[in-house]
Amino acid sequence: MDFLRPASWEEALAAKAEHPTAVPIAGGTDVMVEINFDHRRPEYLLDLNRIGELTEWQVEQDHVRLGASVPYSAIMEHLRAELPGLALASHTVASPQIRNRGGVGGNLGTASPAGDAHPALLAAGAEVEAESVRGTRMIPIDDFYTGVKRNALAPDELIRAVRITKADGPQQYSKVGTRNAMVIAVCAFGLALHPETRTVRTGIGSAAPTPVRAKAAEDFLNAALDEGGFWESGRIITPSVAKQFAELASGACNPIDDVRGTAKYRRHAVGIMARRTLGWTWEQYRGAGRTLEGAA
Amino acid sequence: MRVNFTVNGRQQEADDVWEGESLLYVLRERMGLPGSKNACEQGECGSCTVRLDGVPVCSCLVAAGQVEGREVVTVEGLADYARHREDAHPGGGCASGACGTALDAAKRWQAKPADGQSGEAAELSPVQQAFIDAGAVQCGFCTPGLLIAADELLESHPSPSDQDIREALSGNLCRCTGYEKILDAVRLAAARQEETV
Repeated sequence: MDFLRPASWEEALAAKAEHPTAVPIAGGTDVMVEINFDHRRPEYLLDLNRIGELTEWQVEQDHVRLGASVPYSAIMEHLRAELPGLALASHTVASPQIRNRGGVGGNLGTASPAGDAHPALLAAGAEVEAESVRGTRMIPIDDFYTGVKRNALAPDELIRAVRITKADGPQQYSKVGTRNAMVIAVCAFGLALHPETRTVRTGIGSAAPTPVRAKAAEDFLNAALDEGGFWESGRIITPSVAKQFAELASGACNPIDDVRGTAKYRRHAVGIMARRTLGWTWEQYRGAGRTLEGAA
Repeated sequence: MRVNFTVNGRQQEADDVWEGESLLYVLRERMGLPGSKNACEQGECGSCTVRLDGVPVCSCLVAAGQVEGREVVTVEGLADYARHREDAHPGGGCASGACGTALDAAKRWQAKPADGQSGEAAELSPVQQAFIDAGAVQCGFCTPGLLIAADELLESHPSPSDQDIREALSGNLCRCTGYEKILDAVRLAAARQEETV
């Protein structure tokens, strides 16, 4: 095994071009587990810790450009206003020790269907900034996940940053697990209201081979909110509408039975989380003043 | 490969390090510092928690090569680290190599609680003393990781709420105590810290 230690982003791209099999390591919270357990013996480890810019973020007009290695703890602390859904999701990641090391770039690189950041990214809207010596391309988040632990990156590409749409309305995140800390999601759900475009976006985690949006549920809800004039009136969403939305979200799942839960349970729980996160965000939108601290 | 980094405030060098090796392995097997415990090797248990550039991390998930030029504090250096924070850098930790614990001293480090009868000075950090006083130690395997996590909490949140304590320790598993005594210990350390300020 070789340990490659590029001191700059350009050096990292050159190293990845020269050694496309090199495994990037940043927080190490996925890669080191595989090495410790002998599940993986990469020929090259490509350490990204020396590239300071990967831990920085820029708040732009309509999006946040989040460096691939910005730790979850920093997202929780500094980006709660701009990225509320992702901040809530970050808080559900493992433990303080893990949140101090892990970041969204690694979550995307691993592309586990259970990655905590994915539902929040799908709901907010995001683009992955993938770069190689050949150039930069922006991969829409909807096209990024291609299979179980597979993503759209080419072998010579590295994730430099994620451009996440700044929240223009309330966002929520919900995760089912056996305890609050140190759990892989049984399933998870992210929901973002986008009052500017009068749309609702969703993200489902750990209930299909990849993180997915509940598109049929979104389409139904967007039409129902539009027809009923809910965005203007701020009325409570009709229970039958919320129920139908939840059922459609359930239907967007394609889960498996495994040690963490059954497929049936996952479908059920996703429906419940869809209804609840819609309720929480809608209450916030209506400005009912109900406190939602820690609601997720 | 060779890795140069600071351990407990002193510059150290580890040779013949395998490229896939963890910081935990280097600390335990190459530097003779077994205080950081090796249990799950997947970041679940927190027994291997150390400070990396001041930040609590699981040393089993840090590749040894990633610590080149960086600063690590282990439980063996915690008493010196805490004392130094108190004396020289109130309100923060020490970052320079001038202070700290020599590797030899760290290897020989033993818990010596304050003895009311002999009047001997404690060689423990306040958090370590509080763990003993509150009876927060049973088998002791999780203790080093908890001490590092608790010490960092009290450094950044001098008056933590119960919720803060639970959250700060949520990445450290204890299979003996049921955690209540551990929470007591952190509350005790926080209360003592407040008295001295």
